[in-house]
Formats: sequence, C-alpha cells, structure tokens
Amino acid sequence: MMAFLFHRFDKASLVFIVALALIAVFVPVLNLAVPDGSTFHIPTYLVSLWGKYLSYALLALALDLVWGYCGILSLGHGAFFALGGYAMGMYLMRQIGARGVYADPILPDFMVFLNWKELPITWYFFDHFAYALVMIILVPALLALVFGWFAFRSRVTGVYLSIITQSLTYALLLAFFRNDMGFGGNNGLTDFKDIIGFSIQAPATRATLFSITAVMLAFGFLVARSMVASRFGQVLASIRDAESRTRFLGYRVENYKLLVFVVSAAMAGIAGALYVPQVGIINPSEFAPDNSIEAVIWVAVGGRGTLIGAAIGAVLVNFAKTWLTGTFPDFWLYGLGALFILVTLFLPKGIIGALAARFGARGKGEAA
Amino acid sequence: MLRRLTLILGLLIGLASLESQPVWADDANIVLKRLATDNYGDIETGITALAASGIASSEAVLNALADSRLSYRPSDKAIFFKDASGQWIDAATNALPSEQPTGLKPVKVNNRVRRALDAALGSMTLLSADPQKRMAAADAVFKSRDATTLVALDSVIAKETDPVVRQHFEEARAAVLILKPDASETDRVGAAEKLGQRGDQDALALLNSVTEANASFVVVAAASLAAKGISRRLALLSTAQNAWYGLSLGSVLLLAAIGLAITFGVMGIINMAHGEMVMLGAYTTFVVQEIIRSKAPSLFDWSLPIAIPLAFCVSALVGLLIERTVIRYLYGRPLETLLATWGVSLMLQQAVRSAFGANNREVGAPSYMAGVWNLNGFQITYGRLWIILFSLAVFLALLGVMRGTSLGLRMRAVIQNRRMAAAMGIRTPVIDALTFALGSGVAGIAGVALSQIDNVSPNLGQSYIIDSFLVVVFGGVGNLWGTLLGALSLGLANKFLEPIAGAVLGKIILLAVIILFIQRRPRGLFALKGRAVEQ
Repeated sequence: MMAFLFHRFDKASLVFIVALALIAVFVPVLNLAVPDGSTFHIPTYLVSLWGKYLSYALLALALDLVWGYCGILSLGHGAFFALGGYAMGMYLMRQIGARGVYADPILPDFMVFLNWKELPITWYFFDHFAYALVMIILVPALLALVFGWFAFRSRVTGVYLSIITQSLTYALLLAFFRNDMGFGGNNGLTDFKDIIGFSIQAPATRATLFSITAVMLAFGFLVARSMVASRFGQVLASIRDAESRTRFLGYRVENYKLLVFVVSAAMAGIAGALYVPQVGIINPSEFAPDNSIEAVIWVAVGGRGTLIGAAIGAVLVNFAKTWLTGTFPDFWLYGLGALFILVTLFLPKGIIGALAARFGARGKGEAA
Repeated sequence: MLRRLTLILGLLIGLASLESQPVWADDANIVLKRLATDNYGDIETGITALAASGIASSEAVLNALADSRLSYRPSDKAIFFKDASGQWIDAATNALPSEQPTGLKPVKVNNRVRRALDAALGSMTLLSADPQKRMAAADAVFKSRDATTLVALDSVIAKETDPVVRQHFEEARAAVLILKPDASETDRVGAAEKLGQRGDQDALALLNSVTEANASFVVVAAASLAAKGISRRLALLSTAQNAWYGLSLGSVLLLAAIGLAITFGVMGIINMAHGEMVMLGAYTTFVVQEIIRSKAPSLFDWSLPIAIPLAFCVSALVGLLIERTVIRYLYGRPLETLLATWGVSLMLQQAVRSAFGANNREVGAPSYMAGVWNLNGFQITYGRLWIILFSLAVFLALLGVMRGTSLGLRMRAVIQNRRMAAAMGIRTPVIDALTFALGSGVAGIAGVALSQIDNVSPNLGQSYIIDSFLVVVFGGVGNLWGTLLGALSLGLANKFLEPIAGAVLGKIILLAVIILFIQRRPRGLFALKGRAVEQ
C-alpha cells in the first residue's frame, strides 16, 4: 500500500505533502496553545473557515482526477459532495438525541414537526459513527457506479455528459427540497451538538476537524497521484486525448472511466462529510448546479491535470470569494465571471500549469 | 342560506326594476291592498298574487316584507316600504311620496307567511326580464334544489324562448326532481338524463347521491348511467386541459431552446449564457414598456410588437460581441467554451442586477393577451394562446431562414461537415459569428414572450437553461424538427406527470427518463447520420 502511494514521488508532491502536514500540526497549535492576545494566535472562526477551504480543495482534487486526467467534465460533482455531507449530517442529527427542541430521543426535530411517528428506513443505524463513515463513501460511490455504468457504456461523452451530470445534480436538488424525502426539506440538517462525544462548537474539536481535513486532503492527493502516475493513469490520459484510438488499441475504455469516476465520487463524498461539521449545516442548495460549475473553475484556475493546482485553485478562489463578498459584495459575480473567461482564454493550463511550463522550460534550457 | 340567496337575487332584480318607470299604479293598488291586513292567511294569498302580478315594485315589497320593513296605512290601506336611507317609499308608485306618511302599522309575518314569501321570491327572480338574471336564478335553484319552486319552474319553462336560459331552467328542474321522493319515476329518469347532458362536477355529485335508499331501481340505474357518461366526459376534458397546458409549456420550452439548438448545432458548443440572452430580451420589453408608459400611453398595446425587433437586435448584438471577444478563440474546445460562457452569464446577470436592481420588474400584458376563452368547460387563456402561436411562428420563420436563404444553406453545410464546407469556400468563421448572433437574437425574442408569463428578474435565464439543454440534446443536434418535437414532448410529459406524481416529483422522473434516454441514444431523437466515430 505505502509503496503504491509513494510510487514515482516527485519533489512538488513532497513539498505539497509536507506543507499540508505542517498546516495540520501548526494551525491547531497556534489556535489552542497560543494565548488570545498574541499576534500568532489564529482565531477559531478562521480555523473553521480554512477547514472549509481545505474540504473544497479535496472536492477540487476529486474533480481534477476525472476532468484533468480522463477528460470527463462532470458538472455534477457537487451532488457527490452533498451526498457525503448529508450522510455526515444524518449522523450528527442522530447525535442530538433528546436535546432537540421537541426532545424526542429518536426522531430529529423536523420529523417531529412533520408529525412523523417513526424513523424512516434511510435513517436506520446512522447513530453509529462507523456506519455513517461507510455511507459517506458508499452512497456517492454507488450513485457514481450506476450513473457512470449507464453513461460510459453507451459512450456519452463531452458536453452531453456534462449536461446529464448537471441534470443529475439538478434532479437531486429538487428531490432533497421535498419534505417527504425525509432529509429535512429546504431547511436541511443543522443545529448539530456533538461528534463522537465531543462538542462540535468547542475550539479543540474544530481544530481537530481542521487537522483531519488537511490529512484527508494529503491522503486524497496521494491516492489520486498514485493512480495517475501508474500505468492505469497513462491509459486514462490516452482516453482523454484520443478515446477512440485507445478503444481500438483494445482497452475497455468504459471500465477505466468507471473506476476513476467512482473513486472521484467517493473522494467528493469524503470532502462533503468533512465540510458539514465545520460549517454546521447541510441543505439542498449544495446540490445547486452553480456550485458544481464553480468547483470546475477552481480546478481550471489552479490548473487542470496537476492535482496540486486544483487544491490550490480551490483555496485561492474561495479565499477571494470570502474577501470580495465581504468588501465589494456587488463585485464578486463580475470577478467570478471574469475569472471563468480569462482563465479559459489566457491561462488554459491554470496557475500551476503555467508556472510548471515556464520553469520546466527554463530548466530544460539550462540543461541543454 | 337559501333564503339569503334568493334575497340577494331578489334585491338585485329589485334594484334593476327600480329604474323602470312605475306601471299600472291602479292595478298594483288592488293587489297590494291585500297585504294591508293583520290576517296571516290573507297576507299569504296576497304574497302569491303579488309575485305573479309582475308589478314593478313587487320584488322590493316582498324583500321589505322579509326584512320587516313593510308597513301599511290603516286609513286607506296604502302600502309603504322603507328604503336603505330609511325613507318610506310608496309601493304603488314605487316612488317617494310627496310627504312622508304617518300612523303606519307594520305588516306582520309568521312562519307560514315566511315560507310563502321565500317561495315567491325564488320564483319571482325566474321571471326577471334580464336573461342573465333568469339564468342566475335557475342556477341558484339548481344549487338549492328547493321543491317549492317546481311549479314556477314548470310555468317559466313553457314560456321561455331563449334556448340557453331554457336549458338552465330544465337543468334546475331536473336537479329538484332527481332527489324528490314523490316525483314520478319517468320524471326522475328524465331528470337523470338531463343532468347527464349537463355533464359537470355538480351534476355528477347530484347523480352520485341517488342511491337505493332514496330511489327505485330504475332511477338508480339511469342515474349511474348518466354519471358514468359525465365521468367519461370530465376525464376527457381534464386530458384535453392537460394537453393544452403541456402544449403551452412545450411552446415556452421551444422558444427558450430554439436559439440554443442553432448555436449548438452549428458550433457544437453549449452556450451557458443563452439564458441571459432570453433575460436581455425580457428586460428590453420592460424598457420599451416603461418608455411607452411615460411618453405615449396610447401605444401600450403595441409594446410587444415594438419590443420584438428591438429585443432581437439587443440580444443579437450582445451575442455577436461575445462571439468576437470570447468564443472565437475557443473553437474546438467545447468544454472550455462552456466554462467561458458560464462566466459571461454571471457577468451579464450582475450587470442587469446593477442596472435594474435585483427585484422582479413589472411587465404588463396588452389587452389582447388578457382574458379567458371558455369552450364548454375547456379553458383557454389568451396569453397562452398567443405564446403558442408566437413560438410556432418563430419556429417556422427560423425554419424558413435555414431552408430558404443562402445563410441557412451555409449554416447547414457547416453543421453537416465543417471542413468540407470550408474547403468549398464557405467562410466558416463568418458563419459562426452570424449563427451565434442569430441564435442569441432568437433567444431575445423568446425573452419578449417569456416576460409575459414569468418574473422578469436577473435570474430569469437561469431557470430555463437546464430545460433548454435537455430539449436540444433530447431532440438531436442540428435539427430544428427535433427541437420542436423534443420541446413539445417534454412539455406534454411534464404536464401529464404533474397530476399523477406532483410537480416536483414529475420533474424528477422526467429528468431521470431523459438521462436514461440519452444513455440509449446519445445523439438525441434525430441524430445526424454519419460514419465518424466522434465529432
């Protein structure tokens, strides 16, 4: 396993992993151990905010795996993210127990409000953390498996695939808005109290969640990297660049696509599950097609097909979003729109891709 | 309830008859004087006589009696009633007397008198001179099923000349008879048939209330037969209504998608900013209406015809601008184009939000688009009718452009084989630019129509974009007939699923079906035939 993960490990990857490890250790230390007044203190809200960015980075990584390396532009990755988030949210809802407004030991508040008498079957066992963890991975992966099996087998590609992935997340958006689906309707799931016994509001829990997110991002990066650096990854790249030719060479293109799509969906699900406890709410708007398209631009900004770039792009764009919506609320959509246009026109390889091309070229020049 | 109903009707008719001049004052006096007594039996016969007399003020007198506003002067047995302002009106002349009378005695009412009064008032309205009011009275009887009106009904049916009113009378009579236990079997069977012909929900409810408990076997059989007929008719009507709604939704989808179909067909790119072209068209309509409202209000009915070419120009120009500045650098990279146009759509939304505000804007409907056309229970709103006709007109015009002009010929050539077309001397970049402008312009026209049925807000385009994609992909790329068929079938499927599964679930089912359909036929209903592995 370790040998597989660190196969053909290059310098940039090492820097990325070490950076994430440092962040995972030092941010909690600066938050918890450094006193409030110190210049080095990181307030808890910032820890949660950056934790959110890192979970977005994991989503971007998942998207880059399918788009950057296999040419599948999914406009519905937000659906897998949200499904993972809902699985985590359901666990957190059941942890509330009798502390809810209606103090029902089993039923979450919104079910009592809807006058439901017993727990729907979808909510069984979600009081066990292990079961929730399995579901966080299983549900998005299963959806990706079924959807991808149909789509790739019938050779739906390019913009057509983009459109039906978008319809998928749109259909789920509509479904989760319904109260009788049993997932809290348009209010979603919120008012979480604790997670495996720790108060979700406590700074220590928040700092731990942040560290776990950073570690998961590093782990996700290692999985994705080892996939794309292997022989399997080379077939993926050839599917991206010349699908028919790859098929004619005897590769079962749909199987390759399906595997990478399912892995990517599971990764997105984990990202969603890490996102929910740090943000404190999950509602159907996470399924909105806009979110999925926004995730695509994170990848494009950072650089598709670079993995590190996707993660950096997600953090950069979301940081800019927080900053711009705070200072110039009217300007954010202009900024985001311009980002979409400028990146596709002038920076097709993204920031990291452009940097790599530049320094790579110089390195070669010096060697020659 | 019944009393109040007849009273209201009676008052309405009374008001109408107040306008007519007093007639037969002398005859009237004789009839009216029969009320000027303390004997309840005399009052009762007086009421019946008055109701049948046709005296102008009889309605008002009876209503006054019902409200205890009627009095008589014992000295000369003259009848007076109090009007709304509290003044005494002379019943014989139906006018203010020269001086207000004194020493009046109220005409008293007991239960027997009151019953006679109710019956009289009910039949009175059936005699009204205005056919609308007679019809309303008949409908009131249909609802109340008051058996005391039966005699009056029989007499008015015989006298009625207006076939429509007569129909209403007969239906009212049938409604009374069908549940009247002492009516003859033939009458009741006839009533069931009559109600069956009426064929609406009320008649159905009435027929369903006929059971073994309150009717003979023959009557029940006739009633259930008639009820079945009505159910069939109602089912047919609701199907037709659904089909109409579906057609209307389909035409909206067609309008929204048709511009996309051209740009997607020719250039193979998805223009995510297409919805915003629709939105620009809608805002153009808003601006045109604002100018007309302030400068030339009399032209308001012309606002839409004026807005259509303007909306086309605005959207086409913006489209041309987008094509020249962004899209032309991205040909051959459809996924990147998708992202760039999404960026354009965000910027356009924000620009409109900055210029016009985030709130919905009010776009008025011209007079010819307001109102409903009721076809025997089948409702057609003029607004929807116009939109269906308009979308078909746009479709045909576009088809004409594609088939009949040299631009269309070149466009079709580029759709079928871009490289071959270029080799034959077609300047494909020019065709691309013109196609994009045309598609955007058509979207602008769609915006004019959609401003009539949807909120004009910066998010207008967003709500149509996913549906438009599905229509285009479902119908097949580069084929306008496919778009037409795709739009109409999606609209119809949506509206027929709605009553079964609910609006949201219906939409979800439809999305799932389309996703599955695209798996089966990735290139849509009407795929261009070719031998290329991929395009």
